[in-house]
Amino acid sequence: METTHNHKAIVCKNLTKQFGDFKAVDSITFDVDQGEIFGFLGANGAGKTTAMRILCGLSYPTSGEATVAGFNVYKQQENIKANIGYMSQKFSLYENLTVLENIEFYGGVYGLSRSEIEKRGEVMISTLGLANEARKLVGELPLGWKQKLAFSVAIFHRPRIVFLDEPTGGVDPLTRRQFWDLIYEAAADGITVFVTTHYMDEAEYCNRISIMVDGRVEALDSPGNLKKEFNTDSMDGVFLQLARRAKRS
Amino acid sequence: MDVQLNHIVKTYNNGQVKAVNDVSFSVAHGELFGLIGPDGAGKTSLFRILTTLLPPDSGAANVKGFDVRNDYKEIRKRVGYMPGKFSLYQDLTVEENLTFFATVFNTSINENYDLIKDIYDQIKPFAKRPAGKLSGGMKQKLALCCALIHKPEVLFLDEPTTGVDVVSRKEFWEMLKRLKAQGITILVSTPYMDEASLCDRIALIQKGNIMSVDTPQNVIGNFPTTLFAAKAKDLYKLLKDFRSDESVDSCYAFGEYVHLTLRGDRNEDAVLHKLVATYQLQDFEVKRITPTIEDSFIRLMRESETIAK
Repeated sequence: METTHNHKAIVCKNLTKQFGDFKAVDSITFDVDQGEIFGFLGANGAGKTTAMRILCGLSYPTSGEATVAGFNVYKQQENIKANIGYMSQKFSLYENLTVLENIEFYGGVYGLSRSEIEKRGEVMISTLGLANEARKLVGELPLGWKQKLAFSVAIFHRPRIVFLDEPTGGVDPLTRRQFWDLIYEAAADGITVFVTTHYMDEAEYCNRISIMVDGRVEALDSPGNLKKEFNTDSMDGVFLQLARRAKRS
Repeated sequence: MDVQLNHIVKTYNNGQVKAVNDVSFSVAHGELFGLIGPDGAGKTSLFRILTTLLPPDSGAANVKGFDVRNDYKEIRKRVGYMPGKFSLYQDLTVEENLTFFATVFNTSINENYDLIKDIYDQIKPFAKRPAGKLSGGMKQKLALCCALIHKPEVLFLDEPTTGVDVVSRKEFWEMLKRLKAQGITILVSTPYMDEASLCDRIALIQKGNIMSVDTPQNVIGNFPTTLFAAKAKDLYKLLKDFRSDESVDSCYAFGEYVHLTLRGDRNEDAVLHKLVATYQLQDFEVKRITPTIEDSFIRLMRESETIAK
C-alpha cells in the first residue's frame, strides 16, 4: 500500500450533484481518516447513493471538490477505482462461478499476479472456514456466507478504502455481528471503511457517522457526541429527529 | 382462527433444498402476527403457500376456513397480498394501478375509499406519475393501497419495510395498527427484530424451522438466564477478551454495549469482577438488562445449532 502525505482517505468540499433543478447532493463537506470506520446514514432519497457513486469514481460531481485515496474525483476516476473496494447487498459476486473462481476473477481484475492470488486466496478461505466450499458455486452458499465472502473479496487487493452499501440487509443477527468482526479487523489493518446501514445499532459501531437529510450533511460526529447533542440515549432518536426535518421524499 | 398451518413442508430442487420444515401455527381473527427471521428463513415460501400461489409438499393450511389447495378461488377473494418484490405495473400511473386492482376484484376505488384514505392521501399528489418513478417509500404505500382496495379479510405483507429507512418504517407500522383496528387480520414478515415488539404475537423462524411462537413479552420472558450489558473504552477488545474467557457463555455487540451471559450459576458479581481484573478494562460499566427479541433470537439460533451438531 502506498503512503501519501495526505492521511485523509476521503476529503469532500462543497461537493454537489445536480440533476436539472434537483440537488441530489447539496454542497457536502466532510473528511474521513485513514483506518476510520465511517457510517454514512440518511433516509431513503437523502442522496447517499449519488454521493457514494461520485466517491467511487462512477459519476462526476456538478461542482465542489473531492479526493478519494488522494485522487481527484474529476480527473482520476480510474486511480480511485484501483484503490478502493466495493460491496453491496445486491451485487458483489458471480453466483454461477465457484468461490475460487470469484477470487481469481476479482484478483485478476485488480491486477494481482497469479501467485499472489493463490497465496492470499488460501489464507482467505481458511480464515473464513470455507475450505469445503471452495469449489462450490457461490449461488449455493447461504446468504450470510456470501456476504462475508463478498467483503473479503472486496478487500482482497488491499485497497485503502472499502465502500459497503447496506452490507448486512436481511442477514440473520448472528451473521450480522460476525460481519462486523470482519469490518473491525479490516479497520485494524488500516483499511478505511465507509459504510451505509439501516440498522441503528450498527451506527454505534462506527468511529464517526454522518447523517444526510435532503442532500445535505446535517450531522457529523461520534455516536456518543451526537447522542449528547440531540439529547437522546439512542442513535434511533438522533436519526428520527434529523430525518423528520426532511422536506423531500 | 383466520389462518392455520399444520405440519407444512415445502422443498425445492427435488427435495434438496428444504425451505419450510414442518411448520405449524395459527393466527386469530383480528390479530397482528409477525413472522420474524432473516433472508432464507422460509418466510416468502409460507406467504406464497397461504396466498395459494404455491402448493406445499405436505401438510395442510387454511385461510378463513378455506383449504389452500382445494378452495384457492375462495381464498383469493378474501386476502390482500403485498409481495416482498415490488410487483405493480411500473409503466401505469399510481391511479391506473389502483383502478386496475379495484377492477380485477370487481370493485371501485370509491367503494372502499375510507379504508385506504389515510395512506392514499399521502401519494395522491403523485396520482399521475408512473409507479416505476416513485421513491421507495411511495411505492410501498401504493402497493399497500392496491392490496387493500378490495377490503380483504386477511392481509399478507411480505417484508414491507425491508430497505426502508427508520422514519418510513415507523409510519408503516402506525398504518398497520390502524388497519388492525378496523378488524383486518394481518400476517407480516420482517427481518428487523425491533419490529417484533409491535406485533400481538410472533413466530421466530430460521432455516425453515419455527423456533418459537408466542407474544413478544413471553419470548423475552422465556430468556433462560441473566443478561448483562457491558461497555468499556475499547469495545472491540472487551468483545474479544470476553469471548475467549471460559466463564462467559455468550458475548455479542449490541450498539454501544456488548450483551453477555455467564456460564454456570456461580456468583455473577464475583465473576464480573474477576473478568475486569483479568483483562484490565478501562472505563468498564455493567448492568443487568431485560433481553430484546434479538437477544432471544440469537439464543434460540445457538441452541438449535447445538442440537443439530
